[in-house]
Amino acid sequence: MLQGPVIILTSFAYLGLLFAIAYYADQRADAGRPAIASPYIYSLSLAVYATAWTFYGSVGRAAIDGVGFLPIYIGPTLMIALWWIVMRKILRISKQNRITSLADFIASRYGKSALLAGLVTVIAVIGILPYISLQLKAVSASFWILVQYPEIALPGQSGAMSMREDTALWVALILAAFTIVFGTRHLDAAEHHPGMVAAIAFESLVKLLAFLAVGVFVTFGMYNGFGDLFARAAAEPRLGAMMTPLEGIAGGYAGWVWLTILSMMAIMFLPRQFQVTVVENLDERHLNKAIWLFPLYMLAINVFVLPIAFGGLLRFPDGTVDADTFVLTLPMAEKREWLALLVFIGGLSAATGMVIVETIALSTMVCNDLVMPVLLRMRRLRLNERADLTRLLLGIRRGAIVLILLLGYLYFKLAGEAYALVSIGLISFAAVAQFAPVVLGGIFWKGGTRRGALCGLVAGFAVWLYTLLLPAFARSEWLPIGLLENGPFGIGLLKPLALFGLSGLDQITHAMIWSMLANIGSYVGVSLIGTPSAQEHRQASVFVDAFREPGGARFWRGTASLPDLYNLLARFLGAAVAGDAFRQYAAAKGRRWPEDALEVDAELVHFVEVQLAGAIGAASARVMVASVAKEEAPTLEEVRAIVDDASQAVIYSHRLEQKSRELEAATAGLRAANERLQELDRLKDEFVSMVSHELRTPLTSIRAFTQILFEDPEVELEQRKKFLGIITKETERLTRLINQVLDVSKMESGQADWQAARVDLKEVIGDALTGMSQVFEERNIRVDVRLPERVPPITADVDRVIQVLLNLLSNAAKFCHPGDGRIEVELARQGPALRVDVRDNGAGIDPADQSVIFDKFRQVGDSLTDKPHGSGLGLHISRQIVEHYGGRLWVESPPGAGACFSFTLPLDLAAAPRAA
Amino acid sequence: MNERKGQRFIALCMLGMVLFNFPVLALFNVAGTLFGVPVLYAYLFAAWAAMIAVMARLAESSD
Repeated sequence: MLQGPVIILTSFAYLGLLFAIAYYADQRADAGRPAIASPYIYSLSLAVYATAWTFYGSVGRAAIDGVGFLPIYIGPTLMIALWWIVMRKILRISKQNRITSLADFIASRYGKSALLAGLVTVIAVIGILPYISLQLKAVSASFWILVQYPEIALPGQSGAMSMREDTALWVALILAAFTIVFGTRHLDAAEHHPGMVAAIAFESLVKLLAFLAVGVFVTFGMYNGFGDLFARAAAEPRLGAMMTPLEGIAGGYAGWVWLTILSMMAIMFLPRQFQVTVVENLDERHLNKAIWLFPLYMLAINVFVLPIAFGGLLRFPDGTVDADTFVLTLPMAEKREWLALLVFIGGLSAATGMVIVETIALSTMVCNDLVMPVLLRMRRLRLNERADLTRLLLGIRRGAIVLILLLGYLYFKLAGEAYALVSIGLISFAAVAQFAPVVLGGIFWKGGTRRGALCGLVAGFAVWLYTLLLPAFARSEWLPIGLLENGPFGIGLLKPLALFGLSGLDQITHAMIWSMLANIGSYVGVSLIGTPSAQEHRQASVFVDAFREPGGARFWRGTASLPDLYNLLARFLGAAVAGDAFRQYAAAKGRRWPEDALEVDAELVHFVEVQLAGAIGAASARVMVASVAKEEAPTLEEVRAIVDDASQAVIYSHRLEQKSRELEAATAGLRAANERLQELDRLKDEFVSMVSHELRTPLTSIRAFTQILFEDPEVELEQRKKFLGIITKETERLTRLINQVLDVSKMESGQADWQAARVDLKEVIGDALTGMSQVFEERNIRVDVRLPERVPPITADVDRVIQVLLNLLSNAAKFCHPGDGRIEVELARQGPALRVDVRDNGAGIDPADQSVIFDKFRQVGDSLTDKPHGSGLGLHISRQIVEHYGGRLWVESPPGAGACFSFTLPLDLAAAPRAA
Repeated sequence: MNERKGQRFIALCMLGMVLFNFPVLALFNVAGTLFGVPVLYAYLFAAWAAMIAVMARLAESSD
């Protein structure tokens, strides 16, 4: 029954059914009642992830290393656990900015860079080619095997190669035609393909049912359930090891981990996954169901992989049948024709689903991000002036679809035979994984720049080409195999499979380590070195703050005319679609179009750009809008708006905080200096008034007595002598006071004249006491002197030291007990200094006053009522002198025991003199 | 509330990374069967199913 024509007829009937479903869904959508607006259809369409690789290849991989195929499905499950954070954000960003492809997304994020869009497209197309070739290989192989029924023969064993290649070419062409009919019937501004989504969802159901049918048949038809199957397999010595297979897995645990990571990225960044997950998404809330339904689908389609693999290994023990074909060959070997046909249809579903979505996604990218930007820049074509470009756009897309499938076929012819299905697919996974840093970095990190993204992608892609694609060609003998074994030009360090000597890893792990290192390193490094432009800055804000910003409209400033904008849209989308768009826009504003004039503001221009972006990509749309709307350079307001964004604000506020702290410190310093100045000013005033006061007292008495003597010549001689004595004494006091004031000012300005000589302090004390003896006698004061036998000399100015001593002694004489005065003078050696104590038995000094008596003009007691006993400068000058020689002058006055003034003068004065 | 939901998802993903990685996997990489299924296979599918169940609960929760 299973002859070629039957199979071909069934296949076409199936494709026809798919087309009918798609047509119905498109009609419903055009009528405004979309049939696919359901989270279940959305979830099923995501299952386009499961391709012929899953359908045939998983079993092939499982037959080699047991659970080695599982990371490819567990990885996505782990990633989807993060979708609620990551994918929701990508969805929001894409809807706000009318993103229609992965290239569009990346280019848009990094300042709408056309160059970046083109680069992403090239990487995606080249990276996906192996994957497409895998589908062609699977479909043509399964067809070829099925045609041989009832024989079980394998392609490659007989001389069937050319016939198979022909089959693959036919498959490629038929799929191209089918995809063109599906995906490029008309142009939709949002790149929505409701018909395609419906067909894909249906195909997901078919392939799941077909696979489960084989699984159930093998497990429960050929064997008695899981237990029986596994028990029999375990009994086989060569299969027993596969029950604990993890050590034997390619690359060991490291290989397992990298495969998981790789699949986590693939589920996000395969162009077809981006297409169904992001571009075709109708409602953000559908994600809530997809988050668990899609992983559940993957779990279901994998449950029977191991049983089928073991069933196949048991059924074909001699290893003549390729494990990649067990799904098909097992029913055939058991003579289940219908089941085999169902399997073929299931495999066809898996392969066509992948090819359709992938090529539509890629053709959109090729058209919008590669061809159109170039055409629009070629002024010779005058595209800007063409009235209707929709036909051109569709033509480019159709051409791209055919070209991509033919390239896939070419890859299959050149390199497809050397690898198993899974290995081919993983090469593509590794290629799209290169998008992960720039996309994930782009939506969570504002620092990423256009240059950084370009460098990261180029570096990662270059390593991928060298470590994965090159070896694939070398193995197929299209390149010399010596390249792999000895490295290029015999340089061992550059061997593509052991770059820089890193060996002992499986090929994928090895390539991922180096490419991710190059990619992330370049992306982050170059981003940090450079500074982003204003355009990159705003796009970074729009993307990273997607949940905060209302949209990108507020950034545009410029002038444009309404007809220009309308004509622009009509040229690319057609007059009908453009009219609809304008009507909708006007309705949202509560106006009618074209009856009412619309205000040409930033919002309208942004609206047109976003509509256009849907058809020709963000980068091209920006160029086109700029051609009719004259955009002005960013103003201060805009720059401020950019600066407004959170991270900048935080940095600025940090800086502000720091600045204000510095200011505070400076202010405090200034305030202190100001207070000190005020204090000094006050002291100066005080000083002047004190000095005047002190001068006036003796002057007053001199003047009074001279006046008496002058006016009354009759004054007796005795009286006259007494008056003249007073005048002399007051004059002396005046002289002394003036000398002291001069002393103070000299010392304070550092101009004092210090003579240095060796001084015997014992002698100096003796001289001072002799000088004071008159005073002591007059007041009847007893003086006790305790001097040591001999003291070492000090170096000082004798007159100054005497000045200090006289001052202390006269103070003691003034303040000692009035009736029974007693003064003790003591000299002693204290460490490296000599110490002199002058103690009296007076009233002592109040503790509160002890610290101030050394200040200028400070005298203890109430200055208003007490008659001053001196100038108030003596102690001040004494302290200045002692401190000049590195000594110390202080007072101790225990209550009721008199005051004791002490000072020290260091012996080794050469080392310690200090400026006064 | 959204923030907490996000944190729960992140925690779940991290838990998954631990469950499907060395050394936890190595613990189950032993001979023997569970209901007739080799231990490692039974563990992988059971843990996977459990994880999906938690994801379903989290994703469909209102907060």
